[in-house]
Amino acid sequence: MHEEIARNKRKTFLLLFLAVLFTGLIGYVIGYFFLSGSAGVVIAVILAIVLSFGSFLYGDKMVLASTRAKKVTPQQEPRLHNIVEGLAIAAGIPKPTVYVIPEMAPNAFATGRDPEHSSIAVTQGLLDTMNRVELEGVIGHELSHVLDRDILVGTVVATVVGAAVLMSEIFMRSWFWGGGRGRRDSSGGDTAGALALVLFAVGIVLLIIAPLAGQLIKLSVSRNREYLADAQGVLLTRYPPGLISALEKIAVAPQAMHAANNATAHLWLNQPSRIPGEQTSSMEKMFSTHPPIQDRIKRLQEM
Amino acid sequence: MSAAFWIVLGLVVLLVAWLIWAFNRLVKYRNRVDEGWSQIDVQLRRRYDLIPNLVSAVQGYAAHERETFESVTRARAQAEGASSVAGQADAENAVTSGLRQLLAVAENYPDLKANTNFLALQEELTGTESKIAYARQYYNEQVRMLNTAIQSFPSSVLASTFHFGAREFFDIEDAARGPVQVDFKGS
Repeated sequence: MHEEIARNKRKTFLLLFLAVLFTGLIGYVIGYFFLSGSAGVVIAVILAIVLSFGSFLYGDKMVLASTRAKKVTPQQEPRLHNIVEGLAIAAGIPKPTVYVIPEMAPNAFATGRDPEHSSIAVTQGLLDTMNRVELEGVIGHELSHVLDRDILVGTVVATVVGAAVLMSEIFMRSWFWGGGRGRRDSSGGDTAGALALVLFAVGIVLLIIAPLAGQLIKLSVSRNREYLADAQGVLLTRYPPGLISALEKIAVAPQAMHAANNATAHLWLNQPSRIPGEQTSSMEKMFSTHPPIQDRIKRLQEM
Repeated sequence: MSAAFWIVLGLVVLLVAWLIWAFNRLVKYRNRVDEGWSQIDVQLRRRYDLIPNLVSAVQGYAAHERETFESVTRARAQAEGASSVAGQADAENAVTSGLRQLLAVAENYPDLKANTNFLALQEELTGTESKIAYARQYYNEQVRMLNTAIQSFPSSVLASTFHFGAREFFDIEDAARGPVQVDFKGS
């Protein structure tokens, strides 16, 4: 378990490095046409670092506030507290802070930058519909996210990718309103001008594709990590049927999620949806933060 | 300097680096085993503290079941006095089966089962039982890693030089595994 955590830590840093590099590249492309070359990179990297550092420190509080999660004491929710504490012991990490969200759709998420600063939030609907072993299955899954630092990866990558989107949007707008070095260069009309024009077109395409590509990469990472958290969570509880029956209950739950939005979708146990029911088309699968619930149940049953 | 000198020097540096790494790894594993054991201890103690409360709650409704109360109390006293890992495990099995009897007795008294104080105690007990199980799971996992490192070559040489001893697993018989079933809320 601990060896896996160490490996995940290294992976996290690599991923962060790549995300910052990605933003830097976008910044370079923008800077090439818009400012003098290196200024764009510097701005982009500084923006990425500031944003990721901000979400590193305050991301969990922002997410908890946006879902209206309330901290609960062991006296208010003894069963939930006992389960969280027990599984934290099994995982060998400090007990996360426990929150309840006033929502009737059964769901849960974990947040916090590392196991020492983590929180677990579950909806009132989850507490009402799940029995002890099912709740243990769900909490085991969430604790695995804490162990793997998936939350940190998710939050920071989302922020950095967001910065790239923001920059390309600003660039597109300024270009539309008539700024930009590329335009002035291409007015020369000789081969250098033609080359600049080609580069400019490539740059535009890159800027349009990059945020989308970044988003798709983020989503596929998120989906794979869900399978991993299912497997690891079951390793903690040593009881796959608990999580299986919890997922089955969630799959048929009729309640819609009010706090659902794209910014926090990847954090939840299952993708929160305003319209209840399973999304199955391949387009929907590609843009999902979570694998289809039936696939997750099937994998758990095979363990 | 000859090439041979540098090769020998390089090998010595590598060996020293390995020694430091392997030694620190053994220390890390040993500390985790100790930490795991103290976690089990904390949870067991919490269960000992619950027993008198639980006994007195049941006593209020079923005063004549004296034999059950005495056997639980006796098992608790024995467990608190246990000194070895295996002895502790045996004594805990007695505590667990005593608690089961106590809860089986409680089953026969509908008034008791509806008592909020008793229900709270019961949740506490179920929670503590599962925490003991999880603490045991963590402890045994760490013992397995320590023992593997101590027994496998070449770290075994280092372990015997610096007196790292293999530790005992905390085994509980199959029947006592998992939380006591006290779930009658139907959820």
